[in-house]
Amino acid sequence: MRISKLALALTLIASPALFAQGRGGRGGGPPQSPKASAPIDLTGYWVSVVTEDWRYRMVTPAPGDYQGVPMTQAAVRVADAWDPAKEEASGEPCKSYGAPAILRVPENLHFTWTDDNTLQLETDAGKQTRTFHFGSWKAPDGPHTLQGNSVASWEMNRDGGRVVGGTMKVDTTNLKGGFLRKNGVPYSDNTTLTEYYDLVQERNGDTLLVVTIVTTDPMYLREPFIISSHFKKMPDNKLWKPSDCSVRW
Amino acid sequence: MTPTKAIITAAALFSLAFPALAEIDLSGSWTSKNHEDAMERGAGPNPDDWAGLPFNEYGRAKALSFSQSTISMPERICWFQTQWHIAAGPFSLRIWSEQDPVTGKTLAWVLGGWETRAPMTIWMDGRPHPSKNAPHDQTGFTTGSWKGNVLTAYTTHIKTGYMRRNGAASSDQATITTTFMRHGDMLTLALVMEDPVYLTEPYILTRSYMLTEQPVAVAGPPCLVGYEGVDSGRVPHYLPGKNPFVDEMDRLYHIPREASMGGAETMYPAFRDKIKDKFTIPEKCKINCGAPGAPQAN
Repeated sequence: MRISKLALALTLIASPALFAQGRGGRGGGPPQSPKASAPIDLTGYWVSVVTEDWRYRMVTPAPGDYQGVPMTQAAVRVADAWDPAKEEASGEPCKSYGAPAILRVPENLHFTWTDDNTLQLETDAGKQTRTFHFGSWKAPDGPHTLQGNSVASWEMNRDGGRVVGGTMKVDTTNLKGGFLRKNGVPYSDNTTLTEYYDLVQERNGDTLLVVTIVTTDPMYLREPFIISSHFKKMPDNKLWKPSDCSVRW
Repeated sequence: MTPTKAIITAAALFSLAFPALAEIDLSGSWTSKNHEDAMERGAGPNPDDWAGLPFNEYGRAKALSFSQSTISMPERICWFQTQWHIAAGPFSLRIWSEQDPVTGKTLAWVLGGWETRAPMTIWMDGRPHPSKNAPHDQTGFTTGSWKGNVLTAYTTHIKTGYMRRNGAASSDQATITTTFMRHGDMLTLALVMEDPVYLTEPYILTRSYMLTEQPVAVAGPPCLVGYEGVDSGRVPHYLPGKNPFVDEMDRLYHIPREASMGGAETMYPAFRDKIKDKFTIPEKCKINCGAPGAPQAN
């Protein structure tokens, strides 16, 4: 019986719970910060590789062209009324650069850690900044914004106990309504966003960032709008070319 | 308990303690969300829309010679697609694993097929790819490996197929790398085609699927050959310079020909600078304006 208990004890000691930590936290030390325990390195420059939905992304689609988006009738009514001249006059040219749409814009991305718990994403197109808060960050009360409040977490990919990669999951709320596509396909203030950031290693040595984007909007979407965008890692900022938001281009 | 039994007990418990050291379960029915490239994956792309496709001049010339009536040739109606059809077609996926009945080890993961695409068997048992001189077929030969919970599959030995369903061809030297990334009930696939014959850079498509309780068929209906207006032996085609659709993207969407004719440059944001002054927003969408399942009710 004593041996049996010993076997059970050994097994429990070696259980996956032991490996449920990130890179840090072993040996009784304090857990490592999200920056230090990041299972993938997103920092640096990335460029959009536009092989999908080309005519909805690289140029501005015609009014009334809504292929693929599971719009409600209410959304169709709003989109049918889209008028670029009125949008320009409204003084809000960045409606198609909000968090649910920004990673569909042809652009360069720049990721940096601003502190141990905060990853920042900047875009050259539209000069937007998203802020991903790790840990126990609580969103402040305040008006809805174009990029909303984003809470991030790491999903570790393990081989046994060893971390071999992972995913950044981002949940975004408090969004101000905008456009999923430049031709006025709307999302509302009630929209929430869940994203998964994964890295894929190509056989030619390139590194791809694949972002799966799930947009949920009970007002303007009949079901979650699910798309995925991909970006290629760049060695430097040579392609970085900031440009203002545009209603027409 | 004897020491021997204790060791066996420990070993059994130990194995339970590590239920999924390096893989996850992909099995089940996964419904395809055609929210991106809806027309391309559904009815099919416009005849000469190759924007965002990194093919070379040979690939472009071959594509320009293609007539859609080719697939009405009796010899071509049931022409099987390569595994690229997973990304280029609209279909949902049924995934299951095949186990060794003695050891219980996973020998292969299988993605069910469809009418014109054979199932994809991803061999997980370490077998090598065939010799480069081995016969090619539309199915190809695929091996896979796990890195933690991410499965990567590599397909070789495919026959000539297509990259886009409007004549952009892949050669029999093309390979496809497919990465499976599961996030709960969602599965994202990244497919990367490399082709030394027709591509100057890898061609990348990413697709997402949702786990569903409604079973997806493990295979499609049988493809039947019927007369579709093209007599056996005739090969519909366009001679160089005679393709009548080269300006259709411009006419419908104001997309200049230099964009619709594709090439690696058209994949990147900087290309927009080249066409900015040539583009105006079309007045109103006239054709193919709504997705499959367009809104019926609020």
